[in-house]
Amino acid sequence: MKAIDINEKSPWQDITEGNKIYEPATSRNFCTGEWRTSTPVMNWEKCKQCLLCAPVCPDSSIPVCEGKRQEFDYDHCKGCGICVKVCPFGAITMKEGK
Amino acid sequence: MAIRERLSGNEAVAYAIKQINPDVMPAFPITPSTEIPQYVANYIANGEVDTEFIHVESEHSAMSAALGASAAGARTLTATSSCGMALMWEELYVAASDRLPIVLALVNRALTGPININADHSDSMGARDAGWIQIYAESNQEVYDNFLQAFPIAEHKDVRLPIMICQDGFITSHGVENILLTEDEKVKELVGEYCPEHYLLNTKEPMAVGPYAVSNYYMETKRAQRQAMLNAKKVILEVAAKYEALTGRKYGFFESYCMEDAEYAIVIIGSAAGTCKAAINKIRETTGKKVGLVKIRVFRPFPEEELAEALKGMKAIAVMDRSEMFSATSGPLGAEVRAALYSAKSQAELVNYFYGLGGRDITVEDFEQVYERLENIAETHEIPDMYDYIGLRSKGEEK
Repeated sequence: MKAIDINEKSPWQDITEGNKIYEPATSRNFCTGEWRTSTPVMNWEKCKQCLLCAPVCPDSSIPVCEGKRQEFDYDHCKGCGICVKVCPFGAITMKEGK
Repeated sequence: MAIRERLSGNEAVAYAIKQINPDVMPAFPITPSTEIPQYVANYIANGEVDTEFIHVESEHSAMSAALGASAAGARTLTATSSCGMALMWEELYVAASDRLPIVLALVNRALTGPININADHSDSMGARDAGWIQIYAESNQEVYDNFLQAFPIAEHKDVRLPIMICQDGFITSHGVENILLTEDEKVKELVGEYCPEHYLLNTKEPMAVGPYAVSNYYMETKRAQRQAMLNAKKVILEVAAKYEALTGRKYGFFESYCMEDAEYAIVIIGSAAGTCKAAINKIRETTGKKVGLVKIRVFRPFPEEELAEALKGMKAIAVMDRSEMFSATSGPLGAEVRAALYSAKSQAELVNYFYGLGGRDITVEDFEQVYERLENIAETHEIPDMYDYIGLRSKGEEK
């Protein structure tokens, strides 16, 4: 049984022994971004690509590609706002809700 | 040929460990189980086993290390008693829910307080809901035989649950008795190599153990855990049959002693069963009264139907508990047996007596009196003391 095939409708017989997960990186399948109550939003005009935000994100939800940060991974961002605090240029603001 | 020896219960368990040669043993000393890791450390120092011994700073760490080692794929065990087990509390539940087949050599001792180091079942009975298989012994021979059967039961693919092999502190752990040891090659045949299907050190299969389970998953996980405990009943009997074929010594969920024609029965766990048997022999020889004993070996999973069948037709039953649970009614065994008999619609009178708390001796005469009380209850259908203490000093009635 693959982790992706186990969900909130699965009968108990289909739950793996002790809930063990027999494959890596299954957190990608689980959208913890649903827990978010407020959302960071980019103002790309203010962003200098200094990359201070990416390493402080506790959910690795600021992807960096070829030295440049990309759009938030909203599937996994829980809206903690640390990136907003760390940004020296005011390029990220929090908005209420998802 | 089996090897004739004379060993204490702790020595017998340590010898079984030597024969099994497990992979990892994290342990912290506590009376009266200290000798077990001590003997194993000697075996390691002498090069007789290649077990990795982990010196930990507490029992909390001992069971935590056992969790890690077992999840990594190692055949893992530890030993403890009393407050040592209490300090493992959190990890006991994790071992069971993570389905890690860890073996715990438990030498039963009273939980503090008041502080006391003697035989009492309050430690393991307190942990009876933790999800571990629990097997108890009357004698050194039994604890040795039970220990050899522990890994084959725990590691079975339909079970994969941790297991405690319990014995009474000092009474068997430090009492030296004649014992028949099983030959090394037979032990190897029974226990085999441990080849888990999934394990953390398998680089070909990255895996996670013990993930968070929200309420949408927790109940299903517990139901699956219950199934493992249900499956354990079959596996315990299969392993016992295999062990009997190897050694000639027969084990089941419990031992019925003089129960074929019995009218009055005692249900008990552990070493006091030997004293009870002496009382039965004496009563039957001198009076011919039909008295018998059911000695529980497997307490988890609880053999409800089988026990009710064994107690069928009894006029009166005394369930004897070596620990309080302060429900202000039954002890733990008393509650289980009463529930089993209720399901079976038994008409037997039942009383529940506490005995031997904190290592208090129980004598042949005490058991004779229990059988006399049962006879009176069966005749009068009046139960003066549903719950009572054996050997208690008292000024009189206090209900």
